[in-house]
Amino acid sequence: MSLRLAAGTGAAAVVLLPCGGALLALLGAGDGALGALAEPRLLRIAGFTLGQAALSTLLAVGLALPVARALARRAAFPGRAALLALFGLPLVMPTIIAVFGLIEVYGRAGWVARLAAAAGRPGFGFPYGLAGILLGHVFFNLPLAVRLLLPQWQAVPGEVWRLAAQLGMGPGAVWRLIEWPLLARALPGVALLVFVLCCTSFAVVLALGGGPAAATLEVAIYQALRFDFEPARAAALALAQLALCLGLAALAARAGRPLALGGGELRAYPRPDAAGRLAAALDGICIAAAALFVGLPVAALAAAALRVPAELLADARLWRAAGLSLALALGAGLAALLLGWSLLLAARDLRLRRGRPRVAAAFEGVGLAGLATPPLVLGTGLFMWLAPHVDVFVVAPALLPLLGALLGLPYVLRVLGPPCERVAAHYDRLCASLGVTGWQRARLVEWPLLRRPVAQALALACALAAGDLGAVALFGSPATTTLPLLLYQQLGAYRMDAAALSAALLLALCLALYHGIERVLGGGDAR
Amino acid sequence: MRVELEALRFRYAALEMCFDLSVATGECLALLGPSGAGKSTLLGLIAGFERALSGCVRFDGVDVTQVPPALRPVSTVFQEHNLFPHLSVADNVGLGLHPGLRLDRAQHAEVAAALARVGLDGLGARLPAQLSGGQRSRVALARVLVRRRPLLLLDEAFAALGPALRNEMLDLVDALRRDRGLTVLMVSHHPDDALRIAARTAFVHAGHVLQVGATAAVLGAAACPPLRAYLGTVEGTATG
Repeated sequence: MSLRLAAGTGAAAVVLLPCGGALLALLGAGDGALGALAEPRLLRIAGFTLGQAALSTLLAVGLALPVARALARRAAFPGRAALLALFGLPLVMPTIIAVFGLIEVYGRAGWVARLAAAAGRPGFGFPYGLAGILLGHVFFNLPLAVRLLLPQWQAVPGEVWRLAAQLGMGPGAVWRLIEWPLLARALPGVALLVFVLCCTSFAVVLALGGGPAAATLEVAIYQALRFDFEPARAAALALAQLALCLGLAALAARAGRPLALGGGELRAYPRPDAAGRLAAALDGICIAAAALFVGLPVAALAAAALRVPAELLADARLWRAAGLSLALALGAGLAALLLGWSLLLAARDLRLRRGRPRVAAAFEGVGLAGLATPPLVLGTGLFMWLAPHVDVFVVAPALLPLLGALLGLPYVLRVLGPPCERVAAHYDRLCASLGVTGWQRARLVEWPLLRRPVAQALALACALAAGDLGAVALFGSPATTTLPLLLYQQLGAYRMDAAALSAALLLALCLALYHGIERVLGGGDAR
Repeated sequence: MRVELEALRFRYAALEMCFDLSVATGECLALLGPSGAGKSTLLGLIAGFERALSGCVRFDGVDVTQVPPALRPVSTVFQEHNLFPHLSVADNVGLGLHPGLRLDRAQHAEVAAALARVGLDGLGARLPAQLSGGQRSRVALARVLVRRRPLLLLDEAFAALGPALRNEMLDLVDALRRDRGLTVLMVSHHPDDALRIAARTAFVHAGHVLQVGATAAVLGAAACPPLRAYLGTVEGTATG
């Protein structure tokens, strides 16, 4: 067995062993676990999970459509690039920060409430519960859906627009004949992705749901384990969530066609349906409304951070949490990169050099285990697996990076996989004919060609791990209070000043990690 | 270097291939044939990228069928991806001297001389993206020069170039062949390429070398029916 295959097998074991152990522990947890699956309370929670996810998806994708169309029709206006960068922010921004921003804007003492009071309509309160959850989910997924839908327009060749202009197509015909057929192909994939994200979202539901009445499976697991101390119930909930995720993953696999994030360059073809004041006004309204919706909470966060009293900066807990978050992010990110890269190298070797595409696909599929089992499900399983043998809160510092790594692994595979395979497809023969092998190949060929995607993958994995609340909340103890957990506790205690500082620090940490790694490791001019 | 292929079998998807061919030292042989006929596979078998199911490849009478690509006395120029985009022109050529790019002073001089020989004097510091398509082909040929391997395989190397540039490159290949006594095998889609520099032409069809002979004859009156169909001269010769 070659070194690459050995490394890939090792990585697969590191991923599958805890997943398998957790699954067995969940299945074996208490006799009542499987029986509890039929319990009406659980059915209600599962129903709420699916219902809120469906509503969130409908709202997020439904609202994203006109916004994406407006952005596609207006391929060049001042601030377009900045707006798209803003729409990319929720991808890197930890959810709990957004929660803070949303409370600042829509909360009881928020901007909207104060504006309403000034206009003589006091009493505007923050819509906790289902409305709050929907608000949070749309905030995150509307920009994501826009960024996923926008590249669809890039597939329209310039000739089509010229033809449409020549034939005199109006906006209705352009939409029906050109745009809708394109979007219809992408919509199921986008909607499914958003649906999955809303089913497994934790921080938004926990912080904005406002109580057990609006609990999804993900949050109910956490409450059962941490507050009610009902392991059997937690296991039943975790199994239900796992079944839901596996079902969705199977659906996603059938939907096929991986989605590409885009939104950058659109060539500006003169579109016959974009002329006219009405079209321009409608597009302007769509774009401005979306910009405000996404931009306001971010601005609120910045404004809140600026008015934080200076003495809060001396809080030792804050800096301890920040240090812990940094260490966790780097540890989990590096582990995700190492695992992902090992799996990819083994898969590439098998596919391109040994003619074993099925085994290769199995190696790549290992990474998706992390996607199919949300961190909270995995965490619960690990909790039950390990609890009889060790003090879980003592081993938590070792478990958290592992959970974080599994969280980032699918993204590492997504970002690094295609370029990794491309390097082999393009340059294997050339390298073989020149005798460039082993270390020399790594130094001269692989690293320079892959450092960009490697840096991107690491940056994304680190930022994700830094912002994760789920695993930390589950295993959290005073010794492992990271910034997201600290922020959640401060929000729960309505200590908004301290929360503003934590949120700003966490956002700065995530952005610094993300951009720092991408710049430094990715190199400025490397192609 | 004399190249002989004897009952060299290979299978790709449903296509069973079996090649018999011999090329004399210092000769330039063109390989023509429809897409998917196995021309590139034939070159891959000679270069060692592909492993034959049976049969043998001999260079100057020595069986090299099991020898790995880097140890064969062969240089290949592909249609694309001949150069690493992140390495300078000089480094791309220098890879032909040391696969880890540890070059001494004499070798750096050799790289510069090779670049001068192919008409790229002073462009060593550029990146491939800063060159034209024709110049990139020249870099690949400069690397062929410094490697000093007696056998050169061109796998549609100049297919992406316009007619004038292509002829220029073919003439350069021909000059290098005479200078260095190279044996050249050239896969192409253009009969003109063969007529320009290849003394002999082989027609590859459905995994077999169907016809070999002097280029003018093979492409003219002596063409077998499948070759005529490929060349599009069926009607003309049928009535004549």
